This record gives sequence, C-alpha cells and structure tokens, in this order.
Amino acid sequence: MSLPLIYGAAGVALFFLGAYALFAYAHLLRKILAANIMGSGVFMVFIAMAGRTPGAPDPVPHAMVLTGIVVTVAFTSVALALAVRIARASGRAHLPEREEEP
Amino acid sequence: MTGALLTHPWSLWTIVIPLAAACLSFLFPRRAPLPGIITALTVPLFVATAVYQLLQAGPHTQVLGGWHAPLGITLRTDGPALILLLTSGLVGLTVSLYALGYFTTTDQQERRQQRFFWPLWLLLWGACNALFLSGDLFNLYVTLELVTLSSIALAALNGSSAALDGAMRYLLASLLGSLSYLLGVALIYGAYSTVDLALLGHIVHADDLSRAALALMTVGLLVKTALFPLHFWLPPAHASAPAPVSALLSGLVVKAPLLILFRLWFEVFPATATAGITHLLGILGCGAIIWGSLMALRQQRLKLLVAYSTVAQIGYFFLLFPLARGEAAATAWAGVLFLVLAHGCGKAAMFLVTGTITRVAGHDRLSDLAGAGGMLGARLLVFALAAVTLVGLPPSSGFIAKWLMINAAIVTGQWWYLAVIALGTLLASGYVLRVLSLAFIESQAPALPAAPRILRWPPLALAIVALLLGLASFHPVVLSLVDAPISGIILLEMVR
Repeated sequence: MSLPLIYGAAGVALFFLGAYALFAYAHLLRKILAANIMGSGVFMVFIAMAGRTPGAPDPVPHAMVLTGIVVTVAFTSVALALAVRIARASGRAHLPEREEEP
Repeated sequence: MTGALLTHPWSLWTIVIPLAAACLSFLFPRRAPLPGIITALTVPLFVATAVYQLLQAGPHTQVLGGWHAPLGITLRTDGPALILLLTSGLVGLTVSLYALGYFTTTDQQERRQQRFFWPLWLLLWGACNALFLSGDLFNLYVTLELVTLSSIALAALNGSSAALDGAMRYLLASLLGSLSYLLGVALIYGAYSTVDLALLGHIVHADDLSRAALALMTVGLLVKTALFPLHFWLPPAHASAPAPVSALLSGLVVKAPLLILFRLWFEVFPATATAGITHLLGILGCGAIIWGSLMALRQQRLKLLVAYSTVAQIGYFFLLFPLARGEAAATAWAGVLFLVLAHGCGKAAMFLVTGTITRVAGHDRLSDLAGAGGMLGARLLVFALAAVTLVGLPPSSGFIAKWLMINAAIVTGQWWYLAVIALGTLLASGYVLRVLSLAFIESQAPALPAAPRILRWPPLALAIVALLLGLASFHPVVLSLVDAPISGIILLEMVR
C-alpha cells in the first residue's frame, strides 16, 4: 500500500467519522467540531492526491486546500456566532427536536 | 461598435457590479440602498446584452488572468447559464425594489436589518452570477460556498429564535453537503488531474472511482438543493426569514446547486449515469412533488405553505434526469430549464406578496385571514396571479414548461411521470385555492391600513412577467439549448 493511498484512506475515514458525529451529537459545539473534522478529512485526501505521482508534489491541490481552509474558517466563525446567538436567545446549546407547530 | 457589442464579455459585469456594490454598501451603511438599487437597475441590462450577444455570436469562454485550463479559471457564458442569469436578473431587480419599502427606517430594529441586508444580498447576487458562469468544479465549490454563507446570514437576519434555529439547521446541512461535494472533487482531481468541466467531459470514463465521486458530489448537492427526503432544513429557514430574503432563497438560491447537478450529470458524467440511477432521482423528485404538496396543503401559516410548495416544485426539476433520454432529451431539458425561470419568478412573487399580506395584517395565520376583502383581497389576487404560473395554467410560463416535460414523458413512454406531474398540478391548485377561498368568506374583518405602493407593485409586476413569459417562450427555450450538453429538436407529441 503506497503512502498517498494510506493518507487518502485515512482522510476518507475522518470524513465519515465526522459525518457520523454531525448526526449523533445534539450539542451545537460538537456538531461544529464534527464538521471541522469532516473538512480536515477532505483536505487530507487533497494533500494525498498531491503525492500520487513520483517526483515533486503537485501544487494545485495545496492551493485548493488553502482556499478550502479559508472557506471552512468562514463557515466555522458564522456557525459559532449563530450558536452564541441561539444560546443567548433561548438558553439552549442545541436545536429544538422538532419544529414547534405554529 | 457592433464589434464591441458582440465581443465584450458583458456577462462578467453581472459578477463585478454586485460585488463592488456589496463592498460599498458595507462601507457606507447609511447609504446602503443606493449601490443596491444602482446594481438592481444595471445588472438586468448586462444580462439582456449577454443574451443578445449569445444569440448573435454564440457562446464564449473567458479565461481569467490569461491562465488557461487545466490550471486557470474559465468563465463560460452558455445558454443554461444565461437562463439562470435571466432568473437572477428578474428576481434580483424585483426583490431589490421591494426591499426598499420593506425595511422601513423608522423602526430601529429594521434599520439594523436594512444595514445588513444590502451588503449580504449584493454579495449573494454576485456569488450566484459567478456560480452560473463558472466552468470548473472547484470554482463552483467556492462560489457555492459564497452563496450559502450569505444566504445563511440573510436567513438569520431578523434575529428571532425561529430564524436563528432555521439558519443553524441550514448551515449544518449545507456544511455536510459542501464537504461531501468537495470530497468528490478531490477524487476527480486525483484521477484526472483537472477540474475543468469541458476537459473532464472528454476524459472521464465510467469506472468505480468516477461513480464514487459522482455519488458523493450528487448527495452533497441534493442536500443543498433540498430534494425530498433531504429537505428538512428548507421550510424553517425559508419561512422564518424576512419576506425579501425568503423570495431570494426560494426563487434563486436553490437553483444554484441544481445547475451544478445538471452540468455534472449531462456534461461530465453522461456515461457514468445509468438508467437505474436516473430513475432513482426521478422517484425522489416524485416523492418531493407529492410530499411537498401534501405538506403545503396542511400548513396553517401562509409563509410555510409557500415554503413547502418550494419543496414540491424542486421535485419537478429532478424529473429531468429520467426524462432526458433518447429523442426527447432536448424537450425535457428545455422544459425543465424554462421551469427554473418560471418557478424563480412565480415563487419570488408569491413570497413577496405574502410579505405584504403579513405586513398589512400583522400575521400570516390562514385561519385569521378569512374575509380578507378590500386591501387584502387585492393582495390575494396577486398571489393568485403568481400561483397561475406555479400550478401551470395556460398561458403562463409554468404551463409551457410542464407541457414540454409531459411531452418528453409521452415520447419516452414513461407514463408514470406524467401521472405524477398531473397529480402535482392537482395538489398545487388545491393549496392555492385553499388560500384564495379565504377571500370569499364573509366576516367582519377590521379595516386594515393600505400597504405602501412599493410593497404592492413589484410582486404584481413579477407575477405578470411570469405569466406572460409563457407567450414569449420561444426565446428562452431556444436560449436554454444554446451550447447545452444536450442538443436535438423539441418534440411536441400532443399536436401530432
């Protein structure tokens, strides 16, 4: 098994681990963390792709990961801001189970 | 002069102007509506010029910074992109005008909302237009994230507990969708060393890796498009946002991931998509039509009713996958893309007029709207006009679109899809008539104040545009097929 393949498989595993946690936990911080782990998994797959050919690594996936990190940071900050607002407005750190019937 | 008219990249201005205006309205919050309105008045002109250019000189691609594919970013102006740009131009102009009147400056909370609405909406507009023109998988990812981030912020705009919960649900669902999409992009890049759609279309072959990548990207985009049964985040987010925002989310934003799906399935992976999988998407579409319509029928609030109707209408778009085959491919393609335009205008008009009703009556509970004569009755008439397109009565644009889809179903011999389209139409007229019947109930409703003009005319104008588009459907139908991944003739089985 080649090194890029191991990293790639680990990345996919992290992705699905994060996806599981996103559904399994109710606490918003845990959900946000889970999404970040999913993102890290995807970035790891990209980085592994950079080393798929012998010789110097392909720089394009690195550029994509940098862009991806910027996007994830933006998403995480918006998610955290929303979570804080939800906690302030309702005292909850999780989403309501079911939409309240109007 | 004509040379410049035909060669200048007009469509690029539909990205540059909203983004520049977004920065200006963020920097000068007191004057925020001014750059917004200038944008709203100029972007449709550039879209119209780009349409003229496409019909006269054919599609063109623009290479940013002189870097060519596979490394650079290409922006493509083709028929499908322009149908979406037309939608964004029409919906954007109307919603911008409406928003001028919706956020009054006397109330402090609304002044705050207005300050944030304009930069976010202009950012959303620029990002949508950029997405429609993007020609590579990664640029589509970035623009899709820009669209989603600004939509989430807009959905949370009024700061109510329901809006915050809806926005959070929207955010988490979107994150799941976009990361799944991005993982698919990573696999594709690893296998083919490019993310350019046109190049990929030539070199992708149907192996397990392509299938896995297509599955990951498709599931991600289905979450973002809110296709049944992944629609759970849409009704709360769309129904708890301020009216102009709901109109944008339903009329424009759900179409962004949809266009990526169409490009993927028909341009990049036509060989990978098997008949069974296209039927699976078709069945999910049927489920969306029936479930969404039934849920719309039993809603007690007007805004939720309109939001569930979006869930139902999204289902129609997915009938393209099973219907676009053989000689009916072009017919189904033109029908669905025209429906995207029709639904954008009709649904935005419905949400806007719902906003006016809510503003005038102070609530949107259906049971208390009974006996809505006078001022409210006229608003319900506008609602009905917009709904004509949604139900698909002639001569509206929705009618022509569904007619083309029904023809494709007949030509390909897939009667069951025809039955679902017909059932969906019946259910849609059911929930629309339920609203309209309120106007005819006799009751002693207190006199209501008149809505300002700016809240009355834009939804009416958009509803009329959606209605009359059906009479001028030739040009959009031709446009949708220019440089589309599907070509062929439009078959009209019913006139034979």
